[in-house]
Amino acid sequence: MKSRYLIPIFVMIVMGAIFVVGLGRDPTKLPSPFIGKAAPAMDLPDLFDDSVRISNKTFAGDMVLINFWATWCPGCFDEHDFLLELAASGVIPIYGINWRDNRTEAISWLQRLGDPFTANAFDGNNRTGIDWGVYGAPETFLIDAQGTVIYKHLGPLSRDSWQRDFVPILNARDTNAP
Amino acid sequence: MIPEVGHFALILALSLALCQGILPLIGAYKHDSALMAVARPAAYGQWVFVAISFACLTWSFLDSDFSVLYVANHSQLALPTIFKISAVWGAHEGSLLLWILILSSWTIAVSRYSHELPDIFSSRVIAVLGLLSCGFLLLTLLTSNPFERLIPAPPDGADLNPLLQDIGLAIHPPILYVGYVGFSVAFAFAIAAMLSGNLDRNWARWTRPWTTWAWLFLTVGIALGSWWAYYELGWGGWWFWDPVENASFMPWLAGTALIHSLAVTEKRGLFKSWTLLLAICAFSLSLLGTFLVRSGILISVHAFASDMTRGLFILGFLGIVIFSALILYAMRASAMDSQAGFKAVSRETFLLLNNVFLIIATALILGGTLAPLIFDVFNLGKISVGPPYFEFAFAIPMIPLVLLMGIGMHTVWRSQDLQPLLRRLRLPAALALLAGLAIPAIVYGRSGVLLTVGITAAVWVGVAALMPIYQSWRGPSGSPRLTRAMLGMSVAHLGVGLFVLGVSIVSAFTIETDVSLRPGERTEVAGYSFEFRELRNVDGPNYRAIEGEVEIRKDGEYVSTLRPQKRTYLVQKSPMTEAGIDVSWNRDLFVALGDPLGGESWSMRLQYKPMIRFIWLGAFVMAFGGLIAASDRRYRLYRKAAADETVQGETA
Repeated sequence: MKSRYLIPIFVMIVMGAIFVVGLGRDPTKLPSPFIGKAAPAMDLPDLFDDSVRISNKTFAGDMVLINFWATWCPGCFDEHDFLLELAASGVIPIYGINWRDNRTEAISWLQRLGDPFTANAFDGNNRTGIDWGVYGAPETFLIDAQGTVIYKHLGPLSRDSWQRDFVPILNARDTNAP
Repeated sequence: MIPEVGHFALILALSLALCQGILPLIGAYKHDSALMAVARPAAYGQWVFVAISFACLTWSFLDSDFSVLYVANHSQLALPTIFKISAVWGAHEGSLLLWILILSSWTIAVSRYSHELPDIFSSRVIAVLGLLSCGFLLLTLLTSNPFERLIPAPPDGADLNPLLQDIGLAIHPPILYVGYVGFSVAFAFAIAAMLSGNLDRNWARWTRPWTTWAWLFLTVGIALGSWWAYYELGWGGWWFWDPVENASFMPWLAGTALIHSLAVTEKRGLFKSWTLLLAICAFSLSLLGTFLVRSGILISVHAFASDMTRGLFILGFLGIVIFSALILYAMRASAMDSQAGFKAVSRETFLLLNNVFLIIATALILGGTLAPLIFDVFNLGKISVGPPYFEFAFAIPMIPLVLLMGIGMHTVWRSQDLQPLLRRLRLPAALALLAGLAIPAIVYGRSGVLLTVGITAAVWVGVAALMPIYQSWRGPSGSPRLTRAMLGMSVAHLGVGLFVLGVSIVSAFTIETDVSLRPGERTEVAGYSFEFRELRNVDGPNYRAIEGEVEIRKDGEYVSTLRPQKRTYLVQKSPMTEAGIDVSWNRDLFVALGDPLGGESWSMRLQYKPMIRFIWLGAFVMAFGGLIAASDRRYRLYRKAAADETVQGETA
């Protein structure tokens, strides 16, 4: 048996090993370069009232969720019930950013389906979305009282993903708190 | 009751597949003809039970039996009947069952048409196919049972993914699978030949028609998939280098290489070990595709729901099959080194170059597809590899491949004299260069390097492919008759030319604009005026749609009225774009309705795509060439062919 005929087996074993390791990874997890850094600045009009501004100061001092959503996005519809539930439980305030959307439609959607948001900013032209690195709705950022991004979730939130991805972080924070 | 019958039939099919896979191999080892004779009846029996199982699942869909979990998840009462049938293979479990049905159908085709082969060989081939079938049946029964019940049954189902509610998708996966799975026949022939240790040229002759059949179905399947993506995904592109598309394209490239190297092995007894390796590769790549699509290891628009156990099972199965094949290969290959030589300018050389370029292309695409995974595994960060890489990487081996193809077709085996070859090819070369320079400048009024190269290559291959046909039709009566195999090759290469022509022109001259229009307004694209006339609501069986009416005129003359839709499917609440396309042989006009922009205006994507039909036409012509070649009568005369083994030097 000549050794060069063993090359295909060698190639196959290397690829197989990569696949075995790769199976355990989740390809949809994308780390945000903002994690561990201060949340990007924002200064947007309130969705309901153009004269009111919503900025980083609005939620400073609290652990909050920032949720980018839109009426055209099916994932946002999917996560809406869970957001209502989460808001009702009072665990954490949720700030919405209505992203690349139509104002009247957004307001009627909240009136129809219920409004889980403590306050809602309007980012119709994606100005803030670009700064925050948002590339698809829904995206949810977890921000601590100092205004640092702790975690970013892509896609719709659900009870499962909340338990899996957010609760451990929140618990760890609670025990570390002075 | 019906789902249980289906489930039970599948278990019976597994038992028969085990008999089919194990007993004939023992028989072949012990030279026991009774055990070898088990192969055919077991294969027929397995097919019957797989077919019963498939029919039961189809029945459950037609009957809207939502107590079957798979049906409840992928169907709905209001779903049109044709989509209830295509929903059978619309997701993982059912498509796996379709896969098994097709594998089983290939097996009975082999059983039926292999009586001319030595029993020991045919029983081994059928046994290998039986073992493959066992693997897929176990995968289905253990990890992906389509007949799982859902009690209590919901009143209505969750509907089929709206993207899949389309006639293109109803026919594209079965044809694609026929091609994919067909490579398992070439694989089984290779294994049987290696088991016997007797690798004469007969092996290549027997394998060739099967490989060509599989290849032509894969060609049609990929072309249909591309056509579907073009009109259904609403972006107006025809190929996206998505991991799943690549997963079907890599076996195609390897299969194309295999067809060509089989020609050398059959005619000249060369490249034996390489051909065997290619047969293993083509099949392994189609299994790899299954794994990539179904394990959720890569992100793709086509990916099935991901599942860790499924992924591990497929990977384990894949590992066992490929590992044992390669071990066998390592043991046998060194005995096959052949000594026969050939000159630098000969058909052998060109077919070798064909293989080199096709394998480079396959490797570059495989690398690009797996790069995100490799980076992730070694913690080098997250990357994504997009069309710019693939287009560049693919063009590098393809341009020389297409240019050399024109010469290769006109060479003879062993040694080709350079002078007559050059004389013969002077005219087509000049013609091609002229066309490459003139067509862009005259017809489209613009030119470029890549464009000239593309059109030159296309015309070059096209003319070179037509020459033998023309000569046999018009040539002197003494000239050699064109065999079906030769004719098939010419036609398939003509298809390559048409395809390259389409790709070159589409990529250079497509005009794509996004505009905002109010009803009554008009705009111009590529000399066509598009008038947005009105907007109305339309109700489909299971969706609601907003439909725009766009009238197209050229120089004031009416061309067509397009009705692009934006659909919302009622159950899944997902929006879908249904583009309006006006088709003509030399251009498509494409209108997709975008989003409302406030007031009465809507965003719209308008596109002018010249020669895009040539892309699919080229692919179908290639497949048609394969059909002609596969029907060559010498493949049907196995015994006779084996007898005049000594006759050499005829053209492939």
